[in-house]
Amino acid sequence: MTVTGDFPTTQGTSADAASRRRLLDQDWQKLVRAGGILALGQVFIALSGMPVNFDRRLLIDPILSLGYLSLIWLPLVVSYWVGREQVLEGMTAYARGGRDVLAGAIAGALGNAGLTLLVVGITHFDIRDPLVNWSPQLLAILHFEESVWLGAVIWPVIGAATGALGGGMHCASTRITRTAVIAGLTVFGAAVLESVITDLSQGFHIEAVSDWLYGPKRGLTYPAAIVVAVAAIAVMAGIWAYRDSAMRAGLVGSRQSPAAPGESDRSRTVWRRFISRRLLGYALVIAAVVVLPLFLGRLTNELLANVGLFILLALGLNIIVGLAGILDLGYVAFFAVGGYSVAVLTSPGSPRFSPEMPWFGALFIAMLLAGLVGLFIGAPVIRMRGDYLAVVTLGFGEIIRILLLSDWLSGTFNGAQGITNIPGVEVFGLATVRGFEPRSVLYLVLFFCAIAIYVSWRLENSRIGRAWMAVREDETVAEVMGVDTVSAKLMAFVTGAVLGSFSGAILSAKVGSVFPHSFAIIVSIVILVVVIFGGMGNIPGVIAGAVVLIGVLGGPNQPGLLQEFAEYKILIYGALLVWMMLQRSEGLIPSVRRAQELHIDEMNQDAWLRAQAEADDATGGGGGNSSEGEQP
Amino acid sequence: MLEITGLHVVFGGLHAINDLDFTVDEGEIVAVIGPNGAGKTTFFNAISGMVKPTEGQIAFEGRSLLGLDPNKITSRGIARTFQNVRLFANMTVLENVMVSQHCRTGQRMVDALLQTRRFRTEEEQVRARGKEVLGFFGTRLTGYRFDQPASVLSYANRRRLEIARAMATSPKLILLDEPVAGMNPVESAELTGLIGKLRDEMGYTIVLIEHDMSVVRDISDRVVVLDHGEAIARGTYAEVSANPQVIEAYLGQSAKGS
Repeated sequence: MTVTGDFPTTQGTSADAASRRRLLDQDWQKLVRAGGILALGQVFIALSGMPVNFDRRLLIDPILSLGYLSLIWLPLVVSYWVGREQVLEGMTAYARGGRDVLAGAIAGALGNAGLTLLVVGITHFDIRDPLVNWSPQLLAILHFEESVWLGAVIWPVIGAATGALGGGMHCASTRITRTAVIAGLTVFGAAVLESVITDLSQGFHIEAVSDWLYGPKRGLTYPAAIVVAVAAIAVMAGIWAYRDSAMRAGLVGSRQSPAAPGESDRSRTVWRRFISRRLLGYALVIAAVVVLPLFLGRLTNELLANVGLFILLALGLNIIVGLAGILDLGYVAFFAVGGYSVAVLTSPGSPRFSPEMPWFGALFIAMLLAGLVGLFIGAPVIRMRGDYLAVVTLGFGEIIRILLLSDWLSGTFNGAQGITNIPGVEVFGLATVRGFEPRSVLYLVLFFCAIAIYVSWRLENSRIGRAWMAVREDETVAEVMGVDTVSAKLMAFVTGAVLGSFSGAILSAKVGSVFPHSFAIIVSIVILVVVIFGGMGNIPGVIAGAVVLIGVLGGPNQPGLLQEFAEYKILIYGALLVWMMLQRSEGLIPSVRRAQELHIDEMNQDAWLRAQAEADDATGGGGGNSSEGEQP
Repeated sequence: MLEITGLHVVFGGLHAINDLDFTVDEGEIVAVIGPNGAGKTTFFNAISGMVKPTEGQIAFEGRSLLGLDPNKITSRGIARTFQNVRLFANMTVLENVMVSQHCRTGQRMVDALLQTRRFRTEEEQVRARGKEVLGFFGTRLTGYRFDQPASVLSYANRRRLEIARAMATSPKLILLDEPVAGMNPVESAELTGLIGKLRDEMGYTIVLIEHDMSVVRDISDRVVVLDHGEAIARGTYAEVSANPQVIEAYLGQSAKGS
């Protein structure tokens, strides 16, 4: 992954010759620092086991495996980062050229010297005891099953080459670099998503495509990789061309705009006003969501159903954390209550009490129970704040799991064996939802997601939603302003609990069994990460977070698109979260409020301009002194 | 209207309020002054329920306020502002005054989910009432300001919004904690006029803490001087400002020696 610059970097052509710098006029300190960071990163990746585990997974059939890619991508990114420079507006950027290529090469070579050390280290010492991956297999990969000397020498050379490429990206125009990066990512994506693309092509009955794309070892074949790259480049070129022509048309159009619009134009504007573009967008999304599952294969439907379960959970937690600002680390408790209530009530295998209710009846009782548990957990923690509250909710989450596991209640919940034989969902005699029909599960999940989205949306813009926000902002003041904070917080807990229980209820019908270990603490953490990653307090953000994290990487017990990375899921979660907090702390899709906060200066300026315009209007342009144009 | 007798507030060994008697009649503007640390804000906190009094009685319109949660006291008709402005910074200006009508509204979650007529009319009323109280401050908090987050506002406007938020709770008594602190003389004179209007036109009874003596002189009917938690003087501004004990409290012991 390459981070395209946050700062405007100007290209070589725009600068004059005077600002051209000499080849060896480098910022050596920065280079050494980057090299050091890169070395640590490379050694970490190597010792995390990625190269060994991913070596068998070919990306491009004869030449590139995922294992080697894991050792190549970081030098590219770091050397690109080394060459980045902030150019202030009005200043001339120095000409990009050989100096950047050299800088990248030096950083890359220095960094990969870390791998050289690793090669030498593995041959001479054995510290496999603490470091599991300090192994001959890793050594074999590092020296290409040749001699140690080759391994020791070749990595700095590879580092210099990739580093030169990364640094050299600054020399080309933004368009060329972007196109290259996107082409690279497309090829990577096509190779990694082999299983999904095969599944999709079966769903649409175009198996020939996937058969042609992938070789016997699941990697893209040589020609296929080239075709995919060329296709990506063609699409990018098309987009650039369209933008250029649109821009030119826009310039011409604005010049012609004063001309009187024809009759057809007017009727079109009326029509447009009637169906706004936004509404059309929503309608398209809804139509796609309803129709698409019919064409998707088992695997993709299964995956989307898992994403939906986490969307439900994340929307529920979003009410507690995002709206009411209560950091709940034990949210999995409500998931468990939903799952186990439905299991006990519907399964014939439930040990003590087995009414074998229909699923919808059981769901109703599960909701009530979850609400009660929400009250029960909420009541004692509601008077606490901040860290204390988080720790106590964490405790309650564990208590529920341990109770389910305990001998004391094993008569009802069957302890570690869990409850099995949970029947599917009978939808009023029309259809049956079962785990082995992922499509039906997906539709059920979508239905409940729609309910959850509606509930979140309506509550956010109501009396209780405003009360939640006030509690989040300043609890003491909210209380003094007449908000009954205790009941507002309890309501947040109960609403979140009920939404979480939906998810649990669907899960137990989908899987057909529930076990205490499915409700471990990591589930709470993952849901929280989804909410934070997507954007706290924002419904589209939370959905996007679930799609990206659960869909692509996979949930705690569910596989995602990138099944290869299952073992490193938590590591990647952590890395993403750190990166997110540093670069984009408001989340993937921030709520409007947070975005406003981050762009306060621009908003102030707009507001001031508007106030000026209003003042001019009010006084007829005769000086706006009366209308208190206080400048923020 | 507000009757306080024998009020004590003790924090550990510190006697923040010591045997204070205090009454406010309907329609009055009473100023509470005193040097820093005299217990003025603690006094407000005790009335609004944020601090539990150690001893004494607080009665509002004949009924005791002791033991009530702050939100219950607000719904009984006492609103307050804060010395260090405490708005809901990430909520919009309009939402700030909408949320403080919480205790005057009664819609349920079901109403919001089903979008009942009751929900829609009440939301409409809440919005209208919010715009009305914001309109009290001229055009400063209206128009495009409605949808701006409170954090964007200038300092003086934040103070105004705090007062508007207190007004939106539909109180009978408003406690203003240093309403003009940090304002320039023009702004402070204007706000003084508005506080007068709050009483004369809107019919609120007002108790204010203020350090700016010109404001106290201009609008207060009565002044109560606190020092070390005790009321050391009461009366009109003229009486109080001539009181030697008050001068001593403000200027310190050395004034007596000279």
